[in-house]
Amino acid sequence: MRVLAIDTSNLVLSVAVVEDERVLAETTTNQQKNHSVRMMDAISELLDATNTSPEELSGIGVAIGPGSYTGVRIGVASAKSIAWSLNLPVVGVSSLQAVAMNALGFADLIVPLFDARRGQVYTGSYTSRGLDSLDVLEKERIILLQEWLPLMRDRAGGRSILFLGEDVRMHRQTIEQVLGEQALFASPAFNHPRAAHIGYLAMQRLQESGDAHALVPEYLQLAEAEAKWLAQKQEGSVKE
Amino acid sequence: MNRTNQSRYEQRVMQAYQAHKQSGGPTYILGIETSCDETSASVVRDGREVLSNVIASQADIHKRFGGVVPEVASRRHVENITLTIEEALREADKTLDEIHAIAVTYGPGLVGALLVGVAAAKAISLARGIPLIGVHHIAGHIYANRLVEEMDFPLISLVVSGGHTELVWMKGHGQFEILGETRDDAAGEAYDKVARALNMPYPGGPHIDRLAHEGEANVPLPRSWLEPDSYDFSFSGLKSAVLNTLHNAAQRGETIQPANLAASFQDSVTEVLVEKTLRAVRQFGAKQVLLAGGVAANRGLRERLQSRCQQEGIPLVIPPLSLCTDNAAMIAAAGYIRYEKGEFAGLDLNGVPGLSLAEH
Ligand SMILES: [Zn+2]
Repeated sequence: MRVLAIDTSNLVLSVAVVEDERVLAETTTNQQKNHSVRMMDAISELLDATNTSPEELSGIGVAIGPGSYTGVRIGVASAKSIAWSLNLPVVGVSSLQAVAMNALGFADLIVPLFDARRGQVYTGSYTSRGLDSLDVLEKERIILLQEWLPLMRDRAGGRSILFLGEDVRMHRQTIEQVLGEQALFASPAFNHPRAAHIGYLAMQRLQESGDAHALVPEYLQLAEAEAKWLAQKQEGSVKE
Repeated sequence: MNRTNQSRYEQRVMQAYQAHKQSGGPTYILGIETSCDETSASVVRDGREVLSNVIASQADIHKRFGGVVPEVASRRHVENITLTIEEALREADKTLDEIHAIAVTYGPGLVGALLVGVAAAKAISLARGIPLIGVHHIAGHIYANRLVEEMDFPLISLVVSGGHTELVWMKGHGQFEILGETRDDAAGEAYDKVARALNMPYPGGPHIDRLAHEGEANVPLPRSWLEPDSYDFSFSGLKSAVLNTLHNAAQRGETIQPANLAASFQDSVTEVLVEKTLRAVRQFGAKQVLLAGGVAANRGLRERLQSRCQQEGIPLVIPPLSLCTDNAAMIAAAGYIRYEKGEFAGLDLNGVPGLSLAEH
């Protein structure tokens, strides 16, 4: 079984071809946010490098967010279109979980996070089961970092908490203020998602995957205009 | 391109193209359009015959916001895109195996919306080795006419939509020269703003058009001709004049019949659009006039253009309503011209919100 995996949910562009227990190839960059321009050529090159014709794929794995709305959409729209046009299963994987998988084997709490502006973060918490899978403790959400950190302190008990993600740098001070030495930070290569993890996860879930048409991003937030409209509707100040 | 560096994808695409050209069979193009708030897919034969034209409209969703919200539109496109494409193939009774190229709008438009269609088109192109064609949205609107009647060059096309007001001169297929465009609001925008001032819902164009037919154009409003030799347009002055008229009347405690104001506004807009078009026809010796874009649905504009073209003895083509508003059949029709020339896009095709017609 060969799976093509894609993550474009933030600044990182990562694509991989995974075969059963092996990662055949992976390309990851963390510099330019022009995924629309670069992603499909990156996939084409990877397919050529692994001598894979698209028809030989058994499925697609894709990070479905949370993350940059546009970034996530490029990945999801591409993945569902490839899957639909080849009649392949497609599996959506949490973009946070993809990053958390970098810490497989870590004994304590794993907390990936992406900045979500105005003091908020997209985050969740995980623990590692052995060296090859994660259990979800707190489902992914958008939350104020100031609310999230005490929650994590309670959840961790005395254990340490490993924070992962490219945006951890910008919040490190706040995290250390609240958690002190309980908070751990990883070396740089742990902070960006790797499509190889997504491909591996997807491979295990190909059987249970749904219809390509039904694959949609997980934004975790309504579009601003929708949220406003709903709030006004609840106040009774607008009609449908 | 260096042959040894060609990707497998590029080889497949060129092989498919050459094989089809040699076969001499008909060309089926899958069109995809997501530049604004309609998710559309279509199959067109030889750039002329519509086999299917599926449009998933979001108009009802955006109505509540009083205009198209880009983020909402982009989200809906992702939900609808593959379903819409599948439906277009089913209605055309075609499979992807029988499609010779995928033509997609890559600009101008809302960037987030464009990106969904472009990503889907590139993904299918790569997965199935089908040639990819990038199409300019306005080129699409103009080529909607070719689904009705063959083009006769040289021709002048008047393009009027929510976002565009342009006079385009064409010497041949795929050759677009912009003679004039709006310096401020597009005609459709002016309609929406005037409709709002008259307390009519979004989108305002159809409401003004209907109201105008019930009234008399007896409110004096300016005509914006600009410089004598200019083919450009300007509608913001007219819009302000309408607002001032309403305001002044209200201050004097008078009421203006909304129908008369709508008729007068429509009269001013259509007179300038139509007369500039006909001046271009005379100056450039055009053999045909094409009306294009969503505002082509406007009855006032159609009627005036029809009667003036008849007077001047110049053939006029106006596509049916379903081909005037945003749709993918027009994109497939425009894409056919590029297919014939072998002008294919690479997998690095991007959504370009401000794409210019002349340079595309
Ligand atoms: Zn349009």
